[in-house]
Amino acid sequence: MLDAGRLSAVELMRALIARRHSVDGRVKAFNSYDEADALAQARASDARRGSGKARGPLDGIPVGIKDVIAVAGQPLTASSRMLENFVSPYDATVIRRLRDAGAVCWGRLNLDEFAMGSSTENSAFGATSNPWDLERVPGGSSGGSAAAVSAGEAVAALGSDTGGSIRQPAALCGVVGLKPTYGLVSRYGLIAFASSLDQIGPFARTVEDAAILLGAIAGHDPLDSTSFKAEIPDYRRGLSERKGPWKLGIAREYFADGLDPEVGAAVQGAIEFYRKRGCEIREISLPHTKYAVGAYYIIATAECSSNLARYDGIRYGHRSTAATDAVDIYFKSRSEGFGEEVKRRIILGTYVLSSGYHDAYYLRAQKVRTLIRRDFLEAYKQVDAIITPTTPTPAFRKGEKSADPLAMYLNDIYTIGVNLAGLPGISVPCGFTGGGLPIGLQIIGQPFREAELLSMAHAYEAAHGWHARHPNP
Amino acid sequence: MPSSQEFDIDQVANLARIELTGEEKARFSAQLADVLAHIAKLQEVDVGGIEPTAHAFPMDNVWAADKAGPSLPADAALQNAPAQRDGMFVVPKVVE
Repeated sequence: MLDAGRLSAVELMRALIARRHSVDGRVKAFNSYDEADALAQARASDARRGSGKARGPLDGIPVGIKDVIAVAGQPLTASSRMLENFVSPYDATVIRRLRDAGAVCWGRLNLDEFAMGSSTENSAFGATSNPWDLERVPGGSSGGSAAAVSAGEAVAALGSDTGGSIRQPAALCGVVGLKPTYGLVSRYGLIAFASSLDQIGPFARTVEDAAILLGAIAGHDPLDSTSFKAEIPDYRRGLSERKGPWKLGIAREYFADGLDPEVGAAVQGAIEFYRKRGCEIREISLPHTKYAVGAYYIIATAECSSNLARYDGIRYGHRSTAATDAVDIYFKSRSEGFGEEVKRRIILGTYVLSSGYHDAYYLRAQKVRTLIRRDFLEAYKQVDAIITPTTPTPAFRKGEKSADPLAMYLNDIYTIGVNLAGLPGISVPCGFTGGGLPIGLQIIGQPFREAELLSMAHAYEAAHGWHARHPNP
Repeated sequence: MPSSQEFDIDQVANLARIELTGEEKARFSAQLADVLAHIAKLQEVDVGGIEPTAHAFPMDNVWAADKAGPSLPADAALQNAPAQRDGMFVVPKVVE
């Protein structure tokens, strides 16, 4: 529409600003926003398009940014008191790439503090609501990103995924969310949580939009030594070129106890769709699945205890005014600045790394991680991808799990293995419960084969049209 | 694997440089006991002869050319400091 001149980038931006004004009092997806800055970016886009210098399909498209990714001159809070007044001195690499593609960086989206959580209730600035049912959580940790796209406050968004933090909220909010292969997207400028697991990825209403956004942010970056020199295909063009049929695996461990029957039925429906399309459906086994949550909560908390040691109240972030000496600054600033879940995870991570326990916990978890990864690589000798539910249940009620961390952690049971194994995974809407809550289908692909993954998701989406339904929060 | 009873929250919180209230200590201890009980399931796994995975994809050292490039200017690095003076971070006196 922008290219055809039927809509200007400024008109689009104004519409989103108006939408944010009308719904975000209830949804609370945004931590902050800068309307003047967004309109200036949109005007620059219109000027480029007007002079025939548009930079492609993202030029003028407002993309919301999870408040854990640095945007120069804008707040960067990680939804934490610790960083309440922090302003980014530079752009993350993904932001630089979005700007190069002409996208409008729009707003700072809410999350569980430091991306630790599955409900966006752990934000220091208040919980985000699910646009489909305001009494329920949007998922997390990228709950603000999922809710903003679902509620029409942003065309697309960036999130980050350490154990399911893109796919799980995408499923619970009825949008598309993609966690790329470990190493495909630069993390330079992403606030680190668990460095061997974190990846940045797109949220969008459609698979095609997610493909466009991924194409813009993917690629090697010398500023992130864990980023790979992988060739980046044209993901969008791949959607129409690749049609399968594929060999798809169904892991019996992902359809066990605890799976909500309506979620199970919707995913079975998706499996039948692929079967009818000529795909071969094979039952496979990922035998170490039941250990994934345990291994994850050792590895992720160990890494977080190390990464968050930098918040010492000295160079940036909250500094306690009650502290009496330099060491007391550490104790008091961290105690005042961090919320409960962050403290809990730092303490668990410190414990599993501490002298006498390191081998029993951390080293053992890393070995189990090897076995979990091996399960997937064995499965990929037989199948092209694996189909699972994204979550065991649809969106749960606010407060339902917040007093029970273990119950909250177990909600990530289907997404965590993907991070431990470094694989790409996508969640695509696959129906609604009788009560009108969205259900997500997860497709887990092979390393650096996002193009195939997107094509599989696109084939399903094109034949169903769940993405045409929108909530009215 | 050690039992969760050995979990000494005072010692661990001290290592983590986090001050906890009495109420937080009691709550975290109970919650983390649940989590540690779940984690204890990893004991069942036979990990004999299995190499640990630190990163999902084996990576060697990544080298950058030894060449100076532009870096964050001092004023930008200091802009978020809780206290600063003359291009430096200000902290309480550490040595008498």
